[in-house]
Amino acid sequence: MNNSLGTALVGLGAFLSLLGAAFAQDAAFSTHAWVIFIVLAIATVVMLRNTKFSAAGNAPVDTSGYMDGVIRYGTVITLFWGIVGFLVGVVIASQLAWPELNIEPWFNFGRMRPLHTSAVIFAFGGNALLATSFYVVQRTTRARLFGGGLAWFVFWGYQLFIVMAATGYLLGITEGREYAEPEWYVDLWLTVVWVAYLIVFMGTIFKRKEPHIYVANWFYLAFIVTIAMLHIVNNLSMPVSLLGAKSYSAFSGVQDALTQWWYGHNAVGFFLTAGFLGMMYYFVPKQAGRPVYSYRLSIIHFWALIFLYIWAGPHHLHYTALPDWAQTLGMVFSIMLWMPSWGGMINGLMTLSGAWDKLRTDPILRMLVISVAFYGMSTFEGPMMSIKAVNSLSHYTDWTIGHVHSGALGWVGMISFGAIYYLTPKLWNRQRLYSLRLVNWHFWLATLGIVVYAAVMWVSGIMQGLMWREYDAQGYLVYSFAESIAAMHPYYVLRMFGGLLYLAGALVMAFNIYKTIRGDVRSEVPMGAEAEALAPAE
Amino acid sequence: MSFIEKHAVLEKNLTLLFAASFVVVTIGGIVEIAPLFYLQNTIEKVEGMRPYSPLELAGRNIYVREGCYLCHSQMIRPFTDEVERYGHYSLAAESMYDHPFQWGSKRPGPDLARVGGRYSNEWHVEHLIHPQSVVPESVMPSYSFLATTELKVEDVQGHLIANRRVGVPYSDEMVENAEADLMDQANPDADWSGLEERYPKAVLGDFDGDPTKVTEMDALVSYLQMLGTLVDFSVYQPEENYR
Amino acid sequence: MELDYHNMRAFADSWGLVFMFAVFAVVVLWTLRPGGKKSSDDAARIPFKED
Repeated sequence: MNNSLGTALVGLGAFLSLLGAAFAQDAAFSTHAWVIFIVLAIATVVMLRNTKFSAAGNAPVDTSGYMDGVIRYGTVITLFWGIVGFLVGVVIASQLAWPELNIEPWFNFGRMRPLHTSAVIFAFGGNALLATSFYVVQRTTRARLFGGGLAWFVFWGYQLFIVMAATGYLLGITEGREYAEPEWYVDLWLTVVWVAYLIVFMGTIFKRKEPHIYVANWFYLAFIVTIAMLHIVNNLSMPVSLLGAKSYSAFSGVQDALTQWWYGHNAVGFFLTAGFLGMMYYFVPKQAGRPVYSYRLSIIHFWALIFLYIWAGPHHLHYTALPDWAQTLGMVFSIMLWMPSWGGMINGLMTLSGAWDKLRTDPILRMLVISVAFYGMSTFEGPMMSIKAVNSLSHYTDWTIGHVHSGALGWVGMISFGAIYYLTPKLWNRQRLYSLRLVNWHFWLATLGIVVYAAVMWVSGIMQGLMWREYDAQGYLVYSFAESIAAMHPYYVLRMFGGLLYLAGALVMAFNIYKTIRGDVRSEVPMGAEAEALAPAE
Repeated sequence: MSFIEKHAVLEKNLTLLFAASFVVVTIGGIVEIAPLFYLQNTIEKVEGMRPYSPLELAGRNIYVREGCYLCHSQMIRPFTDEVERYGHYSLAAESMYDHPFQWGSKRPGPDLARVGGRYSNEWHVEHLIHPQSVVPESVMPSYSFLATTELKVEDVQGHLIANRRVGVPYSDEMVENAEADLMDQANPDADWSGLEERYPKAVLGDFDGDPTKVTEMDALVSYLQMLGTLVDFSVYQPEENYR
Repeated sequence: MELDYHNMRAFADSWGLVFMFAVFAVVVLWTLRPGGKKSSDDAARIPFKED
């Protein structure tokens, strides 16, 4: 019954997008409508084939257990989008090293970079958050997901958003503001999906059997609520036509810049930090087998973080035409932010106190711990870069890119990998992962990749900044701009290599997860066993 | 019930937790952003600023479409080296009609805030078709398809009206003449008197070397050639408009 | 009082800031109060109650 309603709605959506394609104002919108039509038409056929038209006799819905099907899909799709995002990252890194690799118009750097950032942040990170939040909220409230099939709508709706955003970028459909590139109709769709997500999440907490709301859910909730607010305000825009792709931002110039970086910075703060801290507060204790070091610290961590983060956005606009007071305000709050961030890091790391030996034998725990360490590192680097004097050098250079990647690859990536390694055997009811030794391989490939990437970007970023401002004794600028670009080449090649290592690690993971889901178990010497064997006999 | 026992209220009440988080994150946003809409000097008009001509606007939309902002900033910071390299530092008012702003955040390519008039049209066309032929060190992709793609803007007036709805002062006269202005600006045989009056300092003439048709290359180059040229800094008084 | 930029600004960085700081201080003190240890420890064990 529910299913046939869903099928009808998807079919209707397919029909509407066909109409959109037929009556489109511009070619871009027409192409985009065709893409959506094809996706929805295929979905309709698949759903029709799965619909049973017998009125009664459906298997009774299990209401006692947890709803894990959508989480299984979420786990697999997270890994898929992750590999896509990393791959596109390696491609665009190569394009900066060898510009001949650009294929105009669709695969030029300018259209590929939003594809990379959105694939990693929203497709990989977003699906990791969806899947883990659905898992954690059920386990910590001991209630089944609220809303029946609504969670499935959130899942598939979110994938449709990703496909629309990604195809839009390659077609040149963009609002032209970093990390908020999707055009107005894609934004509207995401709003619908996001509200459904909020309903599922809050509904589940409302019907909880556990009186206390565990702190991980606080972080997830703050993430969902704040992202809703940021998304709506930042994407206010005026479409040229309701059947056209193009819209103009409701704000202009300075206002637009500040709104955008208020959004951009808090996308980092609430999407890439608060949401993943929710993950940390569940999966680190679970994998370590002991409760979080200080629950009270975690509560202070929560409030301090959300109090401070929202103010820090202007540090992206130092020395620009933004008023000075707003810049200073952003800097002060960014520096203060260092404290709660490190409070959270200490809380995560100290959860292992008394269990440090597990790091030797458990590569999944090691992955979670290094992600927290990278969190600490990038939340130290961030406030430092928000100091105006430092920022005058680092802004517009690769240093920023290195900073973002130590956060995204180190913190967001590693904690998601750790969570997926933890979840897979549980969700598919396997005794353990296919191979822990492959997890170890993944750990080292990824860590090495990040270290190469971040180190190279530090050197190239600082060098670039210094070259731009270097004067000779006669008072002339020493380097032309083109010379600073030529000097970047070896670093861009090395950076691509760092990304390649990280991608290789993710491919090892995909193989490991695939084998685990199939139910294979690799016979191997347990981690740490050979060290014991080598220990001198008593 | 003592105060201490009330502690559980927030921890156990979802609606309160929801509301409290929302209030906290909203305050920051309001304090930070709202004042900018009232602040005089961020929205003060500087002599010379005008809305984009239809062709420039079409060019700007191509600039946005191709993601140029991902490698080129349009925001010169007030440092000696930047001012020497790129020109007078950028004023807030100079992007007042920019929906969206294109200040950028990264410079694998140089700042473009004042690129207008620095190079010839021929240089721009050559550079966009094959960047390495004029700047061997460049890592910029080729945009040769712009020269072969005819400029197609459905509903030119609609674009101006949409901009007017978000606060750009396009006059009725500008909207009426939008379609003609779009094509005339790149047509050497056109009568430019009305266009020049509506959009002072607009760069007129054929841009892409082919006067017989108006291409996306024409539009983009017309936009690049006017960037940062509207404010006359020989008569500009910085203290009056200091941000 | 007129609701213009300067008044809003003055309010935000005086009373607004004091208010936010006070709320935050109350949250911290309340979290760290001596009687809260047990309930916190209980809450920290929630993930281990059921799988």
